[in-house]
Amino acid sequence: MLVTLTVNGVRRGASVPPRRLLSDFLRHDLALTGTHVGCEHGVCGCCTVLLDGEPVRSCLTFAVTVDGREVTTVEGLARADGEMSPVQRAFAECHALQCGFCTPGFLCAVTALLRDDPAPSERQVREGISGNLCRCTGYQNIVKAVHRAADLIAEES
Amino acid sequence: MKPPPFGYRAPREVGQALADIAAVGEDGKVLAGGQSLIPLLNMRLAAPGTVVDINRVAGLDTLTAGPDGVRVGALTRQARVERSEEAAAVQPLLRQALRLVAHPAIRNRGTVVGSLVHADPAAELPAVLAVLDGSVRLASVADGERDVPAREFFTGPLEVAAGPDDLAVSAFFPALPPRTGTAFHEVSRRHGDFALAGVAAVVTMRADLGLEEARVACAGVGPVPIVVDVTAEAGAGDRAAAAHTVRERIEPEDDVHAGAAYRRHLIGVLTERALAEASRRAADA
Repeated sequence: MLVTLTVNGVRRGASVPPRRLLSDFLRHDLALTGTHVGCEHGVCGCCTVLLDGEPVRSCLTFAVTVDGREVTTVEGLARADGEMSPVQRAFAECHALQCGFCTPGFLCAVTALLRDDPAPSERQVREGISGNLCRCTGYQNIVKAVHRAADLIAEES
Repeated sequence: MKPPPFGYRAPREVGQALADIAAVGEDGKVLAGGQSLIPLLNMRLAAPGTVVDINRVAGLDTLTAGPDGVRVGALTRQARVERSEEAAAVQPLLRQALRLVAHPAIRNRGTVVGSLVHADPAAELPAVLAVLDGSVRLASVADGERDVPAREFFTGPLEVAAGPDDLAVSAFFPALPPRTGTAFHEVSRRHGDFALAGVAAVVTMRADLGLEEARVACAGVGPVPIVVDVTAEAGAGDRAAAAHTVRERIEPEDDVHAGAAYRRHLIGVLTERALAEASRRAADA
């Protein structure tokens, strides 16, 4: 079946079987390997992308189901000139990643979190990232990075 | 892992969806949010011959909150119900429970009706429907539309009173009577995990602030949500007695996450907490 999505602002299509997961559609069919696949059953959150702006598990979504819709992956978070987004800069600055495998999912989830709530409390931050697992950092620096990103967004707006 | 191959139908209106579901029968599976079905497919625990994807069916993504209650369509995502002020005003238990369902990214895709039809015994929403005595509206080519009350809908773990030809088109959560409060309390290993045990409570006060009615529904401690009327115990002001009654009614089992005795203990604690909070809210209502 032909599936066409607008990915990071560009219309992209491929012919895929109905069982193609959105995560595999992005990685294998569109060669956008920034989206990572960890557990492939919805637990780890690595594969989180934005579907029409809302974070979803791309491993728990079939590409055919979302035909015609808009997807933002980690490759689409930076500005067109290549400058990283405030969330990305905050993660780098706060050392909120070590191996980096979970990072694409965190970046997408946090981008949506701060768009919906520009000044989240500590509890809201922890709840907002509760669906994303990181096995390296112990989360402290990720939480710091979310608050730092909120500050950066506020300063730059 | 990857899902096994399956046939695929994507109807665009309800009549066509019902025809597709009838045509594929026992070999078919309805896909709405997919947050329960797709993990089962990815882990190859389910291998339907055909998936009927209802995501494009017009008219199923409804959410109406009226004086009688909240009706949620089959495609309405959990996140939308959670955020709806109108739904929260009519039936606050929905939002109280939805905040405990998995994680925000799951709730953005997962549907309320899908969770009811999946009927995981540890899930929150079946307990909510049960304690409110709500109903699920089924539709099929052969039988048309009919409403099935919660007490008849949940028949066993992952089993509901819907036939292979049926599509659950909506669910109805009745509004609260006056001077009524609700609460949902659960204990899980990590935020967003399936609960080891959970309790939904509904408490109604009389005008003189005496207790008129109190009941709870327990999740994770039986094959289906277990509804217990504790009006007598709670009316006498004895929440410990209410907790004792509830503990005697449940059927918890041992598993890798917790033992039956611990779950029984939790249900007692959670019953007292949920009744206390629901009573406070009823007094303020």
